[in-house]
Amino acid sequence: MRKELKTLAHGLRQMAYLMVGLPDYEAYADHMRRAHPERPPMSRGEFFRERQAARYRGGSGRCC
Amino acid sequence: MTSLAKHIGWIALAVVGAFALGTVALARGETINALWIVVAAVAIYLVAYRYYALYLARTVVGVNPLRVTPAVRHNDGLDYVPTNKYVLFGHHFAAIAGAGPLVGPVLAAQMGYLPGMLWIIFGVVLAGAVQDFMVLFVSTRRDGRSLGELVREELGYAPGVIALFGAFLIMIIILAVLALIVVKALAESPWGTFTVAATIPIAIGMGLWMRYVRPGRIGGVSVVGFILLMLAIILGGQVAESPTWGPLFTLTGVQLTWLLVGYGFVASVLPVWLLLAPRDYLSTFLKIGAIVALAIGIVVMAPELKMPALTRFTDGTGPVWAGSLFPFLFITIACGAVSGFHSLISSGTTPKLLDNEKNMRFIGYGGMLMESFVAIMALVAASIIEPGVYFAMNSPGALIGNTAQTAATAVSQWGFVVTTEMLIQTAKDVGEATIISRAGGAPTLAVGMAHIFSALTGGGQAMMAFWYHFAILFEALFILTAVDAGTRAGRFMLQDLLGTFVPALRHTHSWPANVLATALCVGAWGYFLYQGVVDPLGGINTFWPLFGISNQMLAAVALMLCTVVLFKMKRERYAWAAILPTAWLLACTLTAGWQKLFHADPRVGFLTHAASLQEALGRGQVVAPAKSLEQMQQIIFNDYVNAGLTALFMFVVISMLIFSIRACLQALRHDRPTAREAPFEALPGPSVSTGPVGRGM
Repeated sequence: MRKELKTLAHGLRQMAYLMVGLPDYEAYADHMRRAHPERPPMSRGEFFRERQAARYRGGSGRCC
Repeated sequence: MTSLAKHIGWIALAVVGAFALGTVALARGETINALWIVVAAVAIYLVAYRYYALYLARTVVGVNPLRVTPAVRHNDGLDYVPTNKYVLFGHHFAAIAGAGPLVGPVLAAQMGYLPGMLWIIFGVVLAGAVQDFMVLFVSTRRDGRSLGELVREELGYAPGVIALFGAFLIMIIILAVLALIVVKALAESPWGTFTVAATIPIAIGMGLWMRYVRPGRIGGVSVVGFILLMLAIILGGQVAESPTWGPLFTLTGVQLTWLLVGYGFVASVLPVWLLLAPRDYLSTFLKIGAIVALAIGIVVMAPELKMPALTRFTDGTGPVWAGSLFPFLFITIACGAVSGFHSLISSGTTPKLLDNEKNMRFIGYGGMLMESFVAIMALVAASIIEPGVYFAMNSPGALIGNTAQTAATAVSQWGFVVTTEMLIQTAKDVGEATIISRAGGAPTLAVGMAHIFSALTGGGQAMMAFWYHFAILFEALFILTAVDAGTRAGRFMLQDLLGTFVPALRHTHSWPANVLATALCVGAWGYFLYQGVVDPLGGINTFWPLFGISNQMLAAVALMLCTVVLFKMKRERYAWAAILPTAWLLACTLTAGWQKLFHADPRVGFLTHAASLQEALGRGQVVAPAKSLEQMQQIIFNDYVNAGLTALFMFVVISMLIFSIRACLQALRHDRPTAREAPFEALPGPSVSTGPVGRGM
């Protein structure tokens, strides 16, 4: 039961972050470790700034 | 399980939905409970999702759960991330939900709740959700490309440019209308103006904190920001009553217009982390929270609907917006039934995050059903207010005067009995000086939400005023975010467009180029905003239909693209699923566009209106909206601008129709599929596929 609640909380947190355009940092770091071990991943702060800038880089904008 | 047993629960649900719908539709004279509408909507949504959406997914487009998606193919942990479907649903819904589904249904309530309700429910099932789902499919199969790129690839270069040009015009109109809603809500309202102004320092504080103190941690700081917002609402009440501070925040529509234009300019050249991003976080969380709270509130309160099912204004003589039920109801409610803007989201970030094609139905179709439910709630919120109060709030001053007394007399004469005292009391309840002629949807919705929320929390009149300003803040906050983000997006589009003539203007790092493009963009929506604010018919009357026409036309363009793709996939025998809503949208938007241009009633037709003023001008006579001959000339000029814009929208959609038919005929001549999908690649096995994001929940 506790484990399920923890997964749920984790999922809700991910959802809240992605609602404002921030993907999961752990998933990014994990991906970099597996796919590009030769390149150092961005730090949490760098990742945040990069994603924040990307969200408003133009393109579609938000709905009405 | 036998095949019948599998369906028996769904058949029962369909019967429940039909019964609820019948109860709503056939109620005459007696008031009915809002829950009937909610039950009808939810039952029909679920049945449509179970059967029609499944049919679309399996048979019409043929999703393939074994096919690799762009998120998996290009996984970079940034733009392309295979994401859990519930997490992605939240992302997609937060991106598509905006002011549209909240405002349209409120305005449509002038014809009674029934026409709006039927269009919201059946529009979403057969058109809106179909569009969102199909565009998501088309974009996912093409590496998550944007609508403009997709049109260019599948239809050709010229249609691509025309579509982009149309999208830019739509953006300008949307920004003007959204800003107009804010002006209408905040004019002469020191409480509202103060709370909205307070969001700027709160957001900047959050931005600095997230940038320098705890980068990447948005949870705690958003909670603090939220608490500060609530304090700002409480403080706003004191500010409004203060003899020194109150007048300082009491602004006219014109003053607010200049402030908003200046704000739009400054905000969109500031770095995003300082103001835009933090306020975006606040507004997104507030929006989702308010929607959830509204749903709970309606179910708990179970309010009676006071608006009749149909009013006498179905004949097109309504004061809130002009025009007959067909086509204008289907224009007035755009988002919530079908919204072209969603095609930009469905071909934006969402397809790059989709982990498997089988989840398209849930994200694309299901996400839009959810948005439609928001529209149903807005319709309910507008229909539980006394109809007399509703009409006093939404009719232009030119028709009902500017005092509670004249408004009560005028509205009562229309058959919606309301007393001067009731109007004054309602204004007092929500902490405002007046509620007369506040068209724009936001204040009406806020009164409805205040009723629902204060029934939930208790606390009497003090809480009522708090909730009213909470609702105003919640709308103003995400509208300002949209204005800011939209001005940026418009600026990029414009720089791209101008760059074809003067290459130097394309450099987005060049300060003069940025300032010029931003000024042009702000100037464009500012022009329409100003025009709307000084319009004696209230602006919304003119611009909401224009916004609706443009938004529905974008939807028609997106659905035409989907039709072409189905033909190119050699699935033309199923293409009716896209052609049916396209045909309906074309019928509505082209009829509405034609009437906006040429209708004999000057309240509807721009050109007739201009001609009637021109005639008066010839006689040297000043007629009602205008106060001087110069103003008359200005109004005539505005009429021609609006008419030109309408004609341009019609040109865009008709040329897209011609290009689409041509592309379909070409596809028919080939004996094999000609769609340009990314090559098939099988989804890798679960052992290597996804990181932690793909799991969970």
